[in-house]
Amino acid sequence: MSVAVKLEDVHKSFGAVEVLKGVSFEVAPGEVVAIIGRSGSGKSTALRCINRLEKVQSGVIEVCERQVNDAKLDLRALRQDVGIVFQSYNLFPHLTIAENIMLAPRRVKHITRAAGRALALEKLAQVGLEEKIDAYPEQLSGGQQQRVAIARSLAMSPRVMLFDEVTSALDPHLTGEVLRVMETLAKGGMTMIVVTHEMGFARRAADRVIYMHMGTVWESGSADILTNPQTPELQDFLANEL
Amino acid sequence: MTYQLDFTSLGAYWPQFLAGALTTLQFTLYATALGLVIGIVGAIARGSHVGWLRLVAGIYVEVVRNTPFLIQIFFLFFGLASLGLRMPIFVAAVLAMVINVGAYSTEIVRAGIESVHPSQIEAAESLGLSRFQIYRDIILKPALERVYPSLTSQFTLMMLMSSVTSQVSAEELTGAANNIQSVTFRSMETYLIVGLLYLLLTLLLKAGFWGLGQVLFPRRRRLGTVL
Ligand SMILES: Nc1ncnc2c1ncn2[C@@H]1O[C@H](COP(=O)(O)OP(=O)(O)O)[C@@H](O)[C@H]1O
Ligand SMILES: [Mg+2]
Repeated sequence: MSVAVKLEDVHKSFGAVEVLKGVSFEVAPGEVVAIIGRSGSGKSTALRCINRLEKVQSGVIEVCERQVNDAKLDLRALRQDVGIVFQSYNLFPHLTIAENIMLAPRRVKHITRAAGRALALEKLAQVGLEEKIDAYPEQLSGGQQQRVAIARSLAMSPRVMLFDEVTSALDPHLTGEVLRVMETLAKGGMTMIVVTHEMGFARRAADRVIYMHMGTVWESGSADILTNPQTPELQDFLANEL
Repeated sequence: MTYQLDFTSLGAYWPQFLAGALTTLQFTLYATALGLVIGIVGAIARGSHVGWLRLVAGIYVEVVRNTPFLIQIFFLFFGLASLGLRMPIFVAAVLAMVINVGAYSTEIVRAGIESVHPSQIEAAESLGLSRFQIYRDIILKPALERVYPSLTSQFTLMMLMSSVTSQVSAEELTGAANNIQSVTFRSMETYLIVGLLYLLLTLLLKAGFWGLGQVLFPRRRRLGTVL
């Protein structure tokens, strides 16, 4: 697999409003790509097109050798390959942490309850929350809930992980614990596409940075573009972020 | 004006009181079980993408909720009988209760389903769950946990309303009482006893629903909070 994710001239409209106006980029296996940009520039939409929470009007999206726009796409197989973590955690409130994590492996991969619990424990250890295995989501802080959401995604052994502003709803002191988990994951070789406002994280963990502006990839390159932006728009954006 | 309460002549009728109370309880249990099934199916139909399903479920709910229960029973028992469709009193009474409580349950369950945030469904889709699994595990289960108190009070109300089935001579608690007072002429005493028995039945039912809730919803049992 030479590319994990590829977008080629992707166009996406909501009604008459074109939100993605020809977006192209590639992500290699094991690569960590940070997507930055102003609110409304189309970052979430681009991410959601990758696991087909949104359907695009035209263009090619390829994920782990699957054509995402193909009518014959096995959607559930795609979703097993791609994990996504949202800004609002979206844990299932009526289930314990263990049940949240093992639900999909049990339903989709048909593992036993005991194996599911062992898997939950293993993934919770990865995010440092083993002791919360029998708690309910409402008993956890926002940062802890977000780490559980990451563990829940990891439990399906995805080949690509998508993160959509996963720390934006958190206090600064809770942001750190989530970012550390993501950095560990990045060092472990996970392919990651991370929409973020955390420039520090992008600088430390990203192999490549994509700056989106008005529905297009305006500028991209190594994390150096954060210190040496080439376009006035990115300069402007960075000046306002800091 | 003084009235001497006298229960002595009623002592011989306790088996009839008891049988009536048991019949009421039986009616209620059938109506609860079947009404819940109809409520779930009806709520799914009302939220369906299929237009005619939505319409049928909508008409059912509106007709039942905007007509008196007594008329619904008369229609089932006498109306259908005049069309040649006769059913035993027991069946007609339970059927009327099921149809009635099913319509109210449909609305209650639908409110629960609508309270599930779309982001929950997106999260479940992203994990690769099938549509059926999402409906069962992510929509219906928390929906039922959330509306459980409203559902159970609707079923309790149904038990009290079942006294109306005495109008088609169902031998439930009120029917039994009508018979007893007509032979003993002790109406005051009879209906006092019946009132107390209904009160006891209500408490029994509430305790049962509480216990069932403890078993069905471990989150509520452990945290004591509403979802
Ligand atoms: N479901 C939707 N329906 C209509 N418009 C939408 C929808 N989702 C996003 N948009 C619009 O698309 C644009 C890009 O949104 P989004 O991808 O969320 O941007 P970002 O994540 O960069 O803030 C915004 O103008 C937003 O209002
Ligand atoms: Mg966004």
